[in-house]
Amino acid sequence: MSAPIRVSLSSLREGRWYEYIIRFALGGAATVFAGLISSRYGASVGGLFLALPAIFCASATLIEKHEIRRNREAELRGERRGQMAAALDAAGAVLGSGSMFAFAMVFWLLVERTLVGAFAVASLAWVAVAMSAWFVRRQFRVARSAPRRSSPPMPRLP
Amino acid sequence: MSEYVIRFLVGGAVVSAFAMLGDVLKPKSFAGLFGAAPSVALATLGIAVYQHGAGYGAVQAGSMMIGAIALAIYSVFVCQLLVRARMRALPATITSIVVWFAAAFGLWFAAGGQV
Repeated sequence: MSAPIRVSLSSLREGRWYEYIIRFALGGAATVFAGLISSRYGASVGGLFLALPAIFCASATLIEKHEIRRNREAELRGERRGQMAAALDAAGAVLGSGSMFAFAMVFWLLVERTLVGAFAVASLAWVAVAMSAWFVRRQFRVARSAPRRSSPPMPRLP
Repeated sequence: MSEYVIRFLVGGAVVSAFAMLGDVLKPKSFAGLFGAAPSVALATLGIAVYQHGAGYGAVQAGSMMIGAIALAIYSVFVCQLLVRARMRALPATITSIVVWFAAAFGLWFAAGGQV
């Protein structure tokens, strides 16, 4: 079975310079915003904003835009494919939020014992849960589509 | 003031790094995992613990668990808007922020407002 996860550095060339600046600015702004909320309303409310999907808005929009641009270059209508690409990103984010939960839980359990250990183990938990969830979902989808592929082709109507 | 400049620079750098990692990885559903990476948390929790102590960081991480559940609900909602309602990504992701706020604060109040 071929490796299901690939690295494609050419994707970086699809991005425009201002898109990287937008993401940097949004990331910085989200971090400052979380800090401001924490200092104004306390750590408990501020903690909620560590999972605010501010960056996701930019990522999904850029993915849709790149897909539309790629299809236009191939003289295809790309709007629907762009939406579906952004939807796939959102599906990945559902799994990612499970791993974010694992990160927060491990950090919560360990931070009062060791800060470096809390960051290290929480990051490992994030990677482990994210990869496992993605592989389980992939296996589930492969298993679900297998009977359809093995069934005989439908006869063509005259 | 300088604290917020540091937050901005660190947050921007960490978020950009995760976003670029998401860009180069294929397939898209795998790259989407990085859309929900704890990038803001990585930039914030270290500064929070340094300034206010480990107990403060633990409270933030406790609430972050609730935020992560809200993020899952938000992502499912965005997915449905894109696939079923055929909305474009920008309006779908921005209007769904309301869902995140409702879920996050609803769960936060249900948990007693303090984790």
